[in-house]
Amino acid sequence: MAAALAARAAGVEDVLLLERDQHLGGILNQCIHPGFGLHHFKEELTGPEYADRFVKQVEEDGGIEVSLRSFAVKLTKDKELSYLRPGALEEVKARSIILATGCRERTREMIQLPGTRPAGIYPAGLAQKMVNMEGWLPGREAVIVGSGDIGLIMARRMALEGIAVKAVIEIQKTSRGLVRNVVQCLEDFGIPLYLQHRVSMIHGRDRVEKVLVVKVDEELKDIPGTGFEIACDTVLVSVGLIPENELLEMAGAEIDRKTNTPVAPEVNLTSVPGVFACGNACKVYDLVDWVTRDSGLAGKMAAEYLGSLK
Amino acid sequence: MSRLMTCIECPKGCRLELETDGSRLISVEGNECKRGITYARQEIEAPVRTLTTSVLTRGLELKMLPVRSSKPIPKGKLFAAMDAVKLITVTTPVKAGAVIAPDFLGLGADLVACRRLNKL
Repeated sequence: MAAALAARAAGVEDVLLLERDQHLGGILNQCIHPGFGLHHFKEELTGPEYADRFVKQVEEDGGIEVSLRSFAVKLTKDKELSYLRPGALEEVKARSIILATGCRERTREMIQLPGTRPAGIYPAGLAQKMVNMEGWLPGREAVIVGSGDIGLIMARRMALEGIAVKAVIEIQKTSRGLVRNVVQCLEDFGIPLYLQHRVSMIHGRDRVEKVLVVKVDEELKDIPGTGFEIACDTVLVSVGLIPENELLEMAGAEIDRKTNTPVAPEVNLTSVPGVFACGNACKVYDLVDWVTRDSGLAGKMAAEYLGSLK
Repeated sequence: MSRLMTCIECPKGCRLELETDGSRLISVEGNECKRGITYARQEIEAPVRTLTTSVLTRGLELKMLPVRSSKPIPKGKLFAAMDAVKLITVTTPVKAGAVIAPDFLGLGADLVACRRLNKL
C-alpha cells in the first residue's frame, strides 16, 4: 500500500494492487499487539490500526485499483502477470511491477528438532493467526522454540489467554527479538527464557506430551548431563522468516539462495529492470515503520523507471 | 535503592538505572529520551500496560475483532480484563476506533475496535 501510494504521489497514473487475502493489510491484520507506527505516525498503534490508516488512503486514491482474493501465479520478464481471482484467471501486462509478497515462516522441518511427529507443533505466526483471527487456542501448556519477536509476542498472547507458557528456548546467547519484547512479553508474565539451550527431542504419539531440553556450549554442542524435561501439549516454532520470491524467480531475477532475497546493489532493486521487491520480500525487517519508508521509496523508484521509458 | 530496568516505550529498549526509595522514583540514568523518565516513574509507582486482544463477532466478515484499551490499564488488572473480554460478542459493523465497551471495568479506559468490520 505504501508503494502504491508513493508511486501515485510520484505521478504514476494507473496502479493495480493485488492482494490474495480478503482484506488489505497482510500480516498486520494478525499482529494485534501495539508497537507499530511510533516513527511513521508518531504514535503507538496496533497492526490492524496501522493497516487501516493505509487502507483509507488507498480507498481515497482514485488511481489505485484494488483486487482482493487475487493470487498471482505467474510473472514473466516482460512483466506479464497472471493472477487468479474468484471465478477468473486474469492476465495483465504492466510496465513496472513491485513485489510486496512478504515472508513465509521457517518450520520445524528446517531446523534440527528431532522426535515424533504428533499434533500440537505450530509455526508461531500460524498460531498467532489462529488465536487472534480465528479464536482458536492451540493448546493448554506450551513451549516456544526460538526467541524471535513473533515467538515472544505469542508467549504473552497465550499467557493472556490462560495457556501455561512453560518456557522459551533459544539456542543462541541472546534473544533474537527486541529487548522490549523480552521484557514486556516474558518478564511481565514470569515466563522463563532459556538461552544457550535447545529442544533435543519432542515426545508424543498423537499429541505432544513433553519436550527434552539440553544446554549447549559455545559450539552449539549438547553439554552432557544438562538435559531436563518439560511437559507440554504444544510447541511453537519461532525460528525466522524466509522471503517469498518465487514470482521474482519466475521472472528470471537472480535470487540469493541463502537468504531467498533478490540479488541487487540497492534496497528494493532486482536484477530485472523495472521489477522491484519491497518490504519483507526484499529483506526481513523488524519494524513496520521501516517497511513503509522503504516501500515508499520503491514506489518512487518504479515511477522514475516509468519516466525513463518515455 | 538502585534498580535496573529496560524501557519498553519504543523498540530501542534503553537500559535504565534507577534510584528509588522503594515506592517513588528519585533519579533515572541511561534513558535516551524523555519518555524513559515517564516510563520509569510509572513503572515504580503503578505499572500499566495497554491491553490488546480479540473479541468474538457474529454476522461480521471476520470471526474475531481486534480490540485495545484506549489507554494503558493497571498491569494487575490484565487478567480480570481478559475474563471480561471473553463475555463480549460484537454483532454490528464497526469502524476503527469505535468504542466496544465504555469505561471498561471502571478503569477509565474504553475498549475500542482496532479495525473496521462490515457485515458478512
